[in-house]
Amino acid sequence: MLIGIPRESKPGETLVAATAKTVSQLTNLGYDVIVESGAGVHADQPDSAFMEAGVRVGTPEEVWAADVVVKVNAPSDEEIGRLRQGATIISMMAPGRSPELLEKLQAQGVTALAMDAVPRISRAQSMDVLSSMANVAGYRAVVESAHEFGRMFTGQVTAAGKIPPARVFVVGAGVAGLAAIGAASAMGAIVRAFDVRPEVAEQVESMGAQFVHVDMEQEVSSDGYAKEMSEAQVAATAAMYDEEARAADIVITTALIPGRPAPSLLTAETVAGMRNGSVIVDMAAANGGNAAGTVADQKVVTDNGVTILGYTDLAGRLAAQTSQLYGTNIVNLLKLLTPEKDGNLGLDFEDVVQRGITVVDGRSESAQITWPPPAVQVSAAPAAAAPAAAAAAEPKAPMSAGTKVGLVLGAIGLFWLVNALAPTDELRRHFTVLMLSIVIGYYVIGKVAHALHTPLMSVTNAISGVVVVGALLQVAAGDDLVLGLSLVAILLASINVFGGFAVTRRMLAMFSKGA
Amino acid sequence: MDIDSITGAAYIVAALLFILSLAGLSKHETAKSGLTFGIVGMAVALVATIVGVIDVSEFLDNRALVIILMLAAVGVGGAIGLWRAKIVEMTGMPELIAMLHSFVGLAAVAIGWNGHVLGSHESMDSLVNIHEAEVAIGIFIGAVTFTGSIVANLKLSARMNSAPLMLPGKNFINVGSLVLFAILTGVYVSMDTYDNTSADILLGVITLLALALGWHLVASIGGGDMPVVVSMLNSYSGWAAAASGFLLNNDLLIVTGALVGSSGAYLSYIMCKAMNRSFISVIAGGFGIAAPAGDDKDYGEHREIQADAVAELLSNASSVVITPGYGMAVAQAQYPVADLTAKLRAKGIDVRFGIHPVAGRLPGHMNVLLAEAKVPYDIVLEMDEINDDFPETDVVLVIGANDTVNPAASEDPTSPIAGMPVLEVWNAKDVIVFKRSMAAGYAGVQNPLFFRENSQMLFGDAKDRVEDIVRALG
Repeated sequence: MLIGIPRESKPGETLVAATAKTVSQLTNLGYDVIVESGAGVHADQPDSAFMEAGVRVGTPEEVWAADVVVKVNAPSDEEIGRLRQGATIISMMAPGRSPELLEKLQAQGVTALAMDAVPRISRAQSMDVLSSMANVAGYRAVVESAHEFGRMFTGQVTAAGKIPPARVFVVGAGVAGLAAIGAASAMGAIVRAFDVRPEVAEQVESMGAQFVHVDMEQEVSSDGYAKEMSEAQVAATAAMYDEEARAADIVITTALIPGRPAPSLLTAETVAGMRNGSVIVDMAAANGGNAAGTVADQKVVTDNGVTILGYTDLAGRLAAQTSQLYGTNIVNLLKLLTPEKDGNLGLDFEDVVQRGITVVDGRSESAQITWPPPAVQVSAAPAAAAPAAAAAAEPKAPMSAGTKVGLVLGAIGLFWLVNALAPTDELRRHFTVLMLSIVIGYYVIGKVAHALHTPLMSVTNAISGVVVVGALLQVAAGDDLVLGLSLVAILLASINVFGGFAVTRRMLAMFSKGA
Repeated sequence: MDIDSITGAAYIVAALLFILSLAGLSKHETAKSGLTFGIVGMAVALVATIVGVIDVSEFLDNRALVIILMLAAVGVGGAIGLWRAKIVEMTGMPELIAMLHSFVGLAAVAIGWNGHVLGSHESMDSLVNIHEAEVAIGIFIGAVTFTGSIVANLKLSARMNSAPLMLPGKNFINVGSLVLFAILTGVYVSMDTYDNTSADILLGVITLLALALGWHLVASIGGGDMPVVVSMLNSYSGWAAAASGFLLNNDLLIVTGALVGSSGAYLSYIMCKAMNRSFISVIAGGFGIAAPAGDDKDYGEHREIQADAVAELLSNASSVVITPGYGMAVAQAQYPVADLTAKLRAKGIDVRFGIHPVAGRLPGHMNVLLAEAKVPYDIVLEMDEINDDFPETDVVLVIGANDTVNPAASEDPTSPIAGMPVLEVWNAKDVIVFKRSMAAGYAGVQNPLFFRENSQMLFGDAKDRVEDIVRALG
């Protein structure tokens, strides 16, 4: 089958759906590929690079006549009209927000696969373009903010005075938020972050930021996306946003709710209360923005000198990188759709990933809209199990300190009684030795490395072969039965002594430290 | 300076060397010198004892014969021991150690019977009674150790069903045996035991009772708890030696026995903690493996993967963790695993091992196997050291482990293994499970890990599959 990679028609678009590297991977899957001339020019992928990769560079007509058309943005009406009936179009489509697009695709009789509808399950991560783009965008958001910010990110003590580190506050710890946290902390800033899902605190901390906690009810996400908060939670968090934003030099907001306008997090008062020169990057600008005063695709400077960046093309500003990631996501999808690697694309609706991305099924005579797909649960474990498991981990109350002391004193009292009743000092001496040896044994073993448990056990086993001494002492008692039994005991215990030491020596010789 | 004071001094030196030996074995750096201390200590004790015996035997008519027999017994026993130690497979280590424990137990029984036959040379009645009590207790501990170790050996070498024996009222049997033993010992002590046939019979009954108790005790413990059992028997063999020491008025035996006894008990305690199990319930065989609740639960579909795909996954990874279990030992897969590790490390991939405290059938079993295959010990980590790193791990290879990587332990409070700390492999990006089939693990619990979105199953013999991967890596 022929895959066509057209030049993006959206004004200002820099991305391309394939790079020289990914087209050769597509060829390996058995496909023929044709790239529209100039398609990758903004993503550092000139026509010559595609030709070197062994694919054809052609006219728009040739590209749009292909069996499979792969692009970045949703096709325009004109582009839909150029699609062949029965062809497959793969791009981002925002199917939830564009029902008329789906109708047009249906009318054209094509199969449409929406890259932005990949279910958020682990297996499908390799084709999740939203994650890929969010990752790049999060990084770029930090770069843009650093560009606008009049100071350095990293703190230094120089001969000319001390430079305090920048304070960055990131709202939303999705892929974009985490990428922003990583980039900002790599540049030396002090990063604080918040997300309505408390379970991501660990991820936030792993990226080098401090998680801001707000006292409120726990909410565990079941579909991998954050939900909008309840009334009570809003009140508790609003104060926190205000406080954190005023203390920060850079605020990066990434809060999005699927299918809804972005939540308003930074009020006009909060923005007005921020320091002169501070920067807000509103990554939710395309959906209305998280900050008051955001204008999509614009840089706004407020009266008090706060810069608000509403760029919606953050990922496109790193065109080469984003195109490469997008292209790889496409390759991974086509790998899934081409299990035989024979260049024939097939859809299997039993597979949740393939079912999920197919928004228009044009395989039969009359194309069907197949959006929305049945819900997919991201997390296999029921959320309620977590606290129950914690409870089960401690099935019984530990002994109270009093009981413990009582038991120990009782045992010691018993020990005293036994010793007091012992008729000879010799016996008492034996008990002294026994007691001290037990204590020594306990402390000596207490620090043993786990890896050495087996050698330790075989050595103690060899040492316990010391009963051979006991048997030896009886051998000369002058009684034949005793002699026989002692000889048996000597034999057995000797096996123990020699075998135990030898096997330990063998084991220890094997343990070696790596270079 | 007579011969007695020389041997006495030698015993003190030997006891000190044993303590140094155990202390040395607590670290890799000092383990070998620790072993040397142990060997020297044992040599000192043996030579001193033999010299002493030769000295006191001068009044015997058959002195030469006795000395020759004694030395022959040591020699033959030593030869057998060295031979067994040389040929044993590292995977067979648990069986060997269990077998060796049984020898100590049997030796202690023989010593106890000798004590009975020889009678007490004390004049005071109370001292005679103490001697008799020491005989009975020594035989009892020795006999329990003996049969217990035999059963452990049979279970470990799969010559006996490893499922726990479920006799009705098993706790009653255990406690009843102890009570009966106390009563019989009381009767035995009150008798005039020297050269008395009914005392012989009574002591025989005590011995049989102890043998039966040892058998039952270990038979009713499931195979999954074997690491605890082996270290518990290790402890028992120490107490048996200590009891012999009381009987023979020998401090060396008491010191050594107590050292081994308390260290074995402590090891068992560590094992139990690792399984979130109470020590008492393990030795009482209280951990019943009843049909696990919720077994009919639908876990979904597992996905299969092939060796070349695993190889590709591995070569694209930057950090890999291998969590081996008993299955690796069974399949003898430690050598190919070591090859795989070396290959991946040569590619600059960070490979580490995560070892669950109860992986295998002996504490530290996996470490020994990996060491055998020349895996450097500093990349072999304990569960606690590696558990936090799984979220940043690209690929986890679960080789022959099941219960120790079961997410049900932390997520399903109804699971029989609930609360047991496990390796949280499911937090890694990809998990490859090597398994012969979809059968449940030792604890008889189904493992939801196999049905996770990020796990894939690689079926077949672990050794063959790992070799396939090594080949595919080229």
